[in-house]
Amino acid sequence: MPNYAYIALIPLLPLAAFVVLGLFGRRYFRGWSGGIGTLAVLFSTGLSLWAAYRYFFVDGKVGEGYHQVIALKTTWLSFSPGLSIDMSVVLDPISVMMIVVVSFVSLMVHVFSMGYMKGETRYGTYFAFLGLFTFSMLGLVLSGNIFEIYIFWELVGCSSYLLIGYYFDRPTAVAAAKKAFIVTRLADLGFLIGILILSFYAETLDFRTLIQRLTDPTSQLAGITSASFLGISLLSWGLFLVFVGGAGKSALFPLHIWLPDAMEGPTPVSALIHAATMVVAGVYLVARLYPVYIYSDAAVLQVVLYAGAVSALLAALIACTQTDIKRVLAYSTMSQIGYMMLALGTVHSAGEAGTLGFTASMFHLFTHAFFKALLFLCAGVIIHRVHSNEMKDMGGLRKLLPLTHGCFLIACLAISGIPPFSGFFSKEDILLSAWHANKFVYGIALFTSGLTAFYMFRLYFSVFWRRQVWGGDGHHGEAPVTMKIPLVILAAGAVFAGFIPFSRLVTYDGLPQETHRVGVFAIAPVAMALIGIFIARYLYFKESSRPGRVAAALGGLYRTAYHKFYIDEVYSFVTKKIIFNLIGRPAAWIDRHIVDGLMNLLATVTARISAGIKGVQSGKVQDYALYFFAGIAGLTVLFIYLYT
Amino acid sequence: MSPIPLSHILVVSAALFFIGMYGLLTRRNMITMLMAVELILNSVNINFVAFNKYLYPDKLEGVFFTLFIIAIAAAEAAVAIAIIINLYRNFHSIDVEDADEMKF
Repeated sequence: MPNYAYIALIPLLPLAAFVVLGLFGRRYFRGWSGGIGTLAVLFSTGLSLWAAYRYFFVDGKVGEGYHQVIALKTTWLSFSPGLSIDMSVVLDPISVMMIVVVSFVSLMVHVFSMGYMKGETRYGTYFAFLGLFTFSMLGLVLSGNIFEIYIFWELVGCSSYLLIGYYFDRPTAVAAAKKAFIVTRLADLGFLIGILILSFYAETLDFRTLIQRLTDPTSQLAGITSASFLGISLLSWGLFLVFVGGAGKSALFPLHIWLPDAMEGPTPVSALIHAATMVVAGVYLVARLYPVYIYSDAAVLQVVLYAGAVSALLAALIACTQTDIKRVLAYSTMSQIGYMMLALGTVHSAGEAGTLGFTASMFHLFTHAFFKALLFLCAGVIIHRVHSNEMKDMGGLRKLLPLTHGCFLIACLAISGIPPFSGFFSKEDILLSAWHANKFVYGIALFTSGLTAFYMFRLYFSVFWRRQVWGGDGHHGEAPVTMKIPLVILAAGAVFAGFIPFSRLVTYDGLPQETHRVGVFAIAPVAMALIGIFIARYLYFKESSRPGRVAAALGGLYRTAYHKFYIDEVYSFVTKKIIFNLIGRPAAWIDRHIVDGLMNLLATVTARISAGIKGVQSGKVQDYALYFFAGIAGLTVLFIYLYT
Repeated sequence: MSPIPLSHILVVSAALFFIGMYGLLTRRNMITMLMAVELILNSVNINFVAFNKYLYPDKLEGVFFTLFIIAIAAAEAAVAIAIIINLYRNFHSIDVEDADEMKF
């Protein structure tokens, strides 16, 4: 077996950057911290690309297909002969693909941040946090057992919290960080229970053994499928709860509420965490346990399918009405992740031959990472220049920011699914798998792809056209060179990533798959996308009253979408009115009056007694002499009484 | 002349002890209190000598103890006077009622 031990360095280099910058960054190398962080991630990226090359083209292929390789394995905690927790590094097509995506996007964001965050007071801290995040995310994708993945899962959540709350002097950023943490934490509770159920019945934490044991109908572990709770087998419950954890991180409806608020973080962070890497962790998790999902009854994958479809549609509708450029992109991310989940959900219904959804989902994850990171970084350049997130402050920026304009256009075309840009291919695969699985879901996905094109070009036209020239001052250059390079590289990725023969590299069973793309099939989605683009051009190309009139004509629907379908309001109703009033307040009352009351009673009694007897210590020597004398006299009387 | 019985001497000693005790508890002047303490010590001395003489005439321990007590009383008087001088420096008084800061 080839030696893959160097893989461990890929996550450990960013960790080293985190430790060095976190401990010494502020004092010793303020201005250098960006360079140090970037250098570490640069080596990681190099190693990831090398590993991907070795794995896919040199020695990963055994016989016909790709197999899982355990690169490293050490026992971390051993409790008993049957139960031990290992730390391992696992290579298979999806983890290799993910390390490339994560380290590459992280590198781009590091380079971009060197320009974007220049002059910040907590420059070193920022890069330390980025390093921590990169380490956790790389660890997550390389994890070989379910407990290890949970550890990194929480680390990712923690570093996301730190980065969202980077501007901690803004109350909105603090609130957003807390919201993100609490919502994902709540979902992680489901994940943890799911882990416990699955590993209890499979009697292992290791992914490979777990999958083998749970999908083997002849095994002795029949307990999990026969035991049931509320009429649903425990296997389904375990998988469903794991999916809930994934849905929380991946911002699927109805756990998506933290993602738009998370845009309070610095824009490069949004590009890294809330577009390309962390939010796809849920998709990755489901893909990791995919054989078990297929083996279990169809209900769980149906949940995955509809959760994906509803998220995709809902988020696209909301994105059409938002005015904050980053929020539009956030909802667009949510919509695209909905696509990926939807693709994963199609497989069961499509039968034996339909594992195309798995490949499609991973493919979309891959291409999405490029064009969404590009969109966010372009938004970063725009915000850097305009000093506002609102679309109304922009317009006519194409002459001021020509490079950003070009890159943004490429990314918009890619996400809209216009051939030959990368999004076209992956979206095509998703729609194809949806078509085979469920015509209704296919309809939703098709409609959503039209909406995607509409809201992306609405953004594009409002930001770059709409006016002749931008109203603000135009004396500065476009952006520092460190911000331009990542844009160009990512734009190249957004154009060419679609040509990677994904179905031969990353498939469900490791065997290469025949792609049977039907040319005719592409007509409907491309037509939908073009319609979306033309509507957007009609409404937003020039300053006019048309958008307002359309909004007025749509009336209630527009308002509902503008208010994000009142989901935040529902949450605050549930938490403030129901949980706070019915559970929180009685609990607080008990705490204040009964628990505290007992303590206060004890303290009051002690205080009263001591106040009563403290007069004895009067400070007068003669009183003490009297007590002493009285004591001796008393003892004398006592002894006389006792011994006579 | 008949010998003086032990009980007489003990009565004198007890009287001396209680006079000293009375002085210690009622006088406010520290020098007077010190003198009262000396009275108490002397009553003890009388007891020692009396018991030695009447109960164990062939031994001398009681007399030795008395000598020790006298010596220690002298030392104690020196220490007490040093304390009184210090108190006078701080409070400008040797009235025991004035030095009552060591309380709750």
